Amino acid sequence: MHLAYPAVLASLLFCTGLYGVLARRNAILVLMSVELMLNAVNLNLVAFDVWLRDALHSGQALTLFTIAIAAAEIGIGLAIVLAVYRNRGTSDIDKLRDSAEPHDPDDDPHDPSDATATAATPATAADEKAEATA
Amino acid sequence: MTLAVPTASAAVTTAAGSHGFLSPTGVEIAFLLVGIVTFGAAIVTVTTKQLVHAALWLVVALGGLAVEYLLLTAEFIAWVQVLIYVGSVVVLLLFGLMLTRAPIGRSPDADSPNRWAALAVAVASAAALVWVVVDAFRTTWIDLDRAADSAGAGGGSTAVTGSILFRHWVLPFEALSVLLLAALVGAIVLSRKKNAEPSAPAGVSAGAGAGAGAQEGTR
Repeated sequence: MHLAYPAVLASLLFCTGLYGVLARRNAILVLMSVELMLNAVNLNLVAFDVWLRDALHSGQALTLFTIAIAAAEIGIGLAIVLAVYRNRGTSDIDKLRDSAEPHDPDDDPHDPSDATATAATPATAADEKAEATA
Repeated sequence: MTLAVPTASAAVTTAAGSHGFLSPTGVEIAFLLVGIVTFGAAIVTVTTKQLVHAALWLVVALGGLAVEYLLLTAEFIAWVQVLIYVGSVVVLLLFGLMLTRAPIGRSPDADSPNRWAALAVAVASAAALVWVVVDAFRTTWIDLDRAADSAGAGGGSTAVTGSILFRHWVLPFEALSVLLLAALVGAIVLSRKKNAEPSAPAGVSAGAGAGAGAQEGTR
């Protein structure tokens, strides 16, 4: 088999996941797109491992590690999303703007309606943004 | 840990002018068809307006990737993919969608308004990556038949993978178990309700109790 087939498929899947991460608004859909990107990387690892026939099978071992880390990542990510949803009533990334620069008077993070939010919510919002960009 | 330099790569990378793109083998045809299905399912996953359908199309994409692993003779990875991703990750995502009360029908605001910029970025990076990858690996040939060693076990069989994993990759494996434990504890800590626990805000409640006691004392 030509190595170009899995490599091209992996790059297309990665860019699909990139589009999803950038364009989706729901945090759980962003997590799905991150999973797509991780799977593209896994396909690359497996294809290059089969091509190089490494004596240590580094590609397949790293693929297993990536799958385990992705499972841990999805667990932590969903816990963060659920915590944000419990505090805010939304899992919409565009509305989690507490750590954004207040350039627009409509998006003032110190809006009195947000005064009831606990002190932990800015931290979770920041974690949410870090999760979305991870 | 010493990573072995792939000694056989020089023999493997004989670009093989006899293997042309216009005469694909059966494995290549199967890979191409499953790859088209996988890519289409991934596209639908990131573009559909129905959130639950996105999770179900993700199942198709991940299952297609498992078939691709099988075609690449990585059997153990394929079954791990089916078990972990299709079995648990998608179920977790569906639970997350339900717990955040995702709308069942079409939600018109599933995409953020900057999706055209996202589309431009994705198409540009896809074009660049595909161009580079095709230009670099245009003549590279994977010999899937020789990937099976003399013992008859494929390079990705469970026996070979387990032997490699527990002989050469033990230390990363153990570190990974520590990471999984940390992730488990972190998920529990994150998902615990703040107000349902009487013990954690002990300092605050003790302070409040002391304040109340002081108030009662002054009263």
